[in-house]
Amino acid sequence: MTAIDPTAHLTAEQIEELGRELDAIRDEVIASRGEKDAAYIRKVISVQRKLELASRGVLLFSIFPPAWLIGTAGLSVAKILENMEIGHNVLHGQWDWMRDPKIHSTTWEWDHVSPADQWKHSHNELHHTYTNVIGKDNDLGYGIMRVDEDQKWHPMHLGQPLWNFVNACFFEYGIAAYDLELGKNLHKRRRKNPEFRARAKAVGRKIRKQVLKDYVIHPLLSGPSFLTTLAATFTANLVRNLWSHSVIMCGHFPEGVQVFERRSIEGETRGEWYLRQMMGSANISGSKLMHIMTGNLSHQIEHHLFPDLPSNRYAEVAVKVRALFDKYELQYVSGSLPKQVFSAWRKVFRLSLPNKKPKVTTPDREKELVAA
Amino acid sequence: MTSAALRSRAWKLLELVTTPLLPSDYLDLVSPLRAGADLRGRIEAVHPETADAATIVIRPGRGWRGHRAGQYIRIGIDVDGVRLWRAYSVTSPANRADGRITITVKAIPDGKVSNHLVRRAKPGTVIQLDQACGEFVLPETKPAKVLYLTAGSGITPAMGMLRDADLDDVVMVHSAPREEDVIFRNDLHDLVADEKLRLVELHTDTDGMLDVTRLHELVPDWAERETWACGPAGLLDAAEEHWAANGLADRLHTERFRPSVVVAGDGGEVTFSTTGKTVEADGATPLLDVGEDAGVLMPSGCRMGICFGCVTPLKAGAVRDLRTGEITEAEPGVLVQTCVSAAAGPCELER
Repeated sequence: MTAIDPTAHLTAEQIEELGRELDAIRDEVIASRGEKDAAYIRKVISVQRKLELASRGVLLFSIFPPAWLIGTAGLSVAKILENMEIGHNVLHGQWDWMRDPKIHSTTWEWDHVSPADQWKHSHNELHHTYTNVIGKDNDLGYGIMRVDEDQKWHPMHLGQPLWNFVNACFFEYGIAAYDLELGKNLHKRRRKNPEFRARAKAVGRKIRKQVLKDYVIHPLLSGPSFLTTLAATFTANLVRNLWSHSVIMCGHFPEGVQVFERRSIEGETRGEWYLRQMMGSANISGSKLMHIMTGNLSHQIEHHLFPDLPSNRYAEVAVKVRALFDKYELQYVSGSLPKQVFSAWRKVFRLSLPNKKPKVTTPDREKELVAA
Repeated sequence: MTSAALRSRAWKLLELVTTPLLPSDYLDLVSPLRAGADLRGRIEAVHPETADAATIVIRPGRGWRGHRAGQYIRIGIDVDGVRLWRAYSVTSPANRADGRITITVKAIPDGKVSNHLVRRAKPGTVIQLDQACGEFVLPETKPAKVLYLTAGSGITPAMGMLRDADLDDVVMVHSAPREEDVIFRNDLHDLVADEKLRLVELHTDTDGMLDVTRLHELVPDWAERETWACGPAGLLDAAEEHWAANGLADRLHTERFRPSVVVAGDGGEVTFSTTGKTVEADGATPLLDVGEDAGVLMPSGCRMGICFGCVTPLKAGAVRDLRTGEITEAEPGVLVQTCVSAAAGPCELER
């Protein structure tokens, strides 16, 4: 975080005006949501399911190396699509407006060890509401890392490049632990809390089903290809984990992204909330295919402004949002995937060591208002 | 082990393979009408009947249990990407050889589903279906003399009955604004030519509204007839009054088509159906707050409309989105975000 607040030049009135302009962008998309959007998500779901079936079919013969390669590649892509463009976005309620009970945030379950309802709570409710607020948004380093100078250093952070790598490899388990707030809840007194125990049980059930499917049933169905199919599904899960971890790191960790103090959001207005989302997120630039494979989280800024708009509309929204960044002289943090991944990792390394606490200047807008 | 138990075992095993999805999620992609699937149908043809009415030919899925003439079905169809449910009378006979069923739809002004079905529905579209229901049917033992008293699209269930059963003595009194507005006019006159029907066709634009108390002038033996009436509320109210006044209430069967007209207001009485609480709410307070203040256990989340943790089924009435002003009306399956929705007139939430 820079010592200077990059939004200091905005008056309270400008921020509210910005909020109104963003509301107008949102309204435009909602008014034009329709058949084409519905066809889009149904198409993605259909392609994903057919790809998964075909890949798993090919993997029945995974003892032959070409079959292993094709099957593993296909399954990796299918798993990425399922989590990113489909699961994440359906669970955000982006498609609830279709009123199709089969594609609805309240009924959807995803190919992930964290049960949908627990993930929805920690992600939709906590992370999206308190984005980048230190002490409130646990996504800031997932409770195991320091990703901003303002976060307190602890000797544990010396190992954070390693923790981050391990977390990347087993990302879905990291998320399940994180959704359970395992770090906090493993203390003796909390462990016995019946609510926590029920949730832990649900995670256990979900893990069992997922593991049984990927590492027992499908390998067994492959007969003589048992071991190679086991290796294939393991690889596909690993690829999916590494990919989603990278994409998600790019959302809030690269250089240039702002974090906020707990007291800075007291009495926050709608405009200020929007502004925090704008300053607290970073985009990934790339091709249309790249956007789909990231679940359109490459449009992280737009997603954080409007988490419930259909993902296929973020690209057009981005053009308008970017114009607002220019108009209000704010920095739109964006870069290619390699550049942003590198930037985030560099931060993870750099902040594993302690630093001098920077002075934060939070502008006192009320005073400005009086002065104006 | 019985074959049913074996099949259920096999299905359980298949679920382990497809988790977290169900085997049906994959099967639906290729065979949405198969046995065991949620009941659906495929639109096979759309035949115009009048300028604003059309007959939709539907091939029902394997789970279709058939219908009795006069019954209606609920269909769920995606209009502009949004699934909407409506009820329509089945107009095909129960024993149609090809197994297809038809509904006949009249486009009503501002009717989202009816206009879509009449003007834009395409053959090949898969729609959601419910099994047929309704008590507006002919009895098992055919009555000797029958009268159908219908108006406008109220003719549809009667047409289903006419096509289904060969009765000896049938009279139909039907009103429509003009000759060209009479749905099934050709079919009706064919039946007349075959001496299977006596038809009294009234055009209200020239003949005026049917006065039920003067029915004896049109059908002298009306009192001896088992009567099925379907049409606007005014006609049915008058008929019920007339039959009751003549001590014949049990000879009259009515079917009411009520297009659900919701009057969206500003605030209103909010009913929480599960807990049985009813409170008055203004048009600016989120329903989440209204419920919590009333002591109803409401699911909640971000309280600003982004997390969808608070969505709750809207069973009746209408709500207004406090951000956009958009009105959402109750339909089966409609969920609303209570943290950003306020009452727009009386409404009912399932909590």
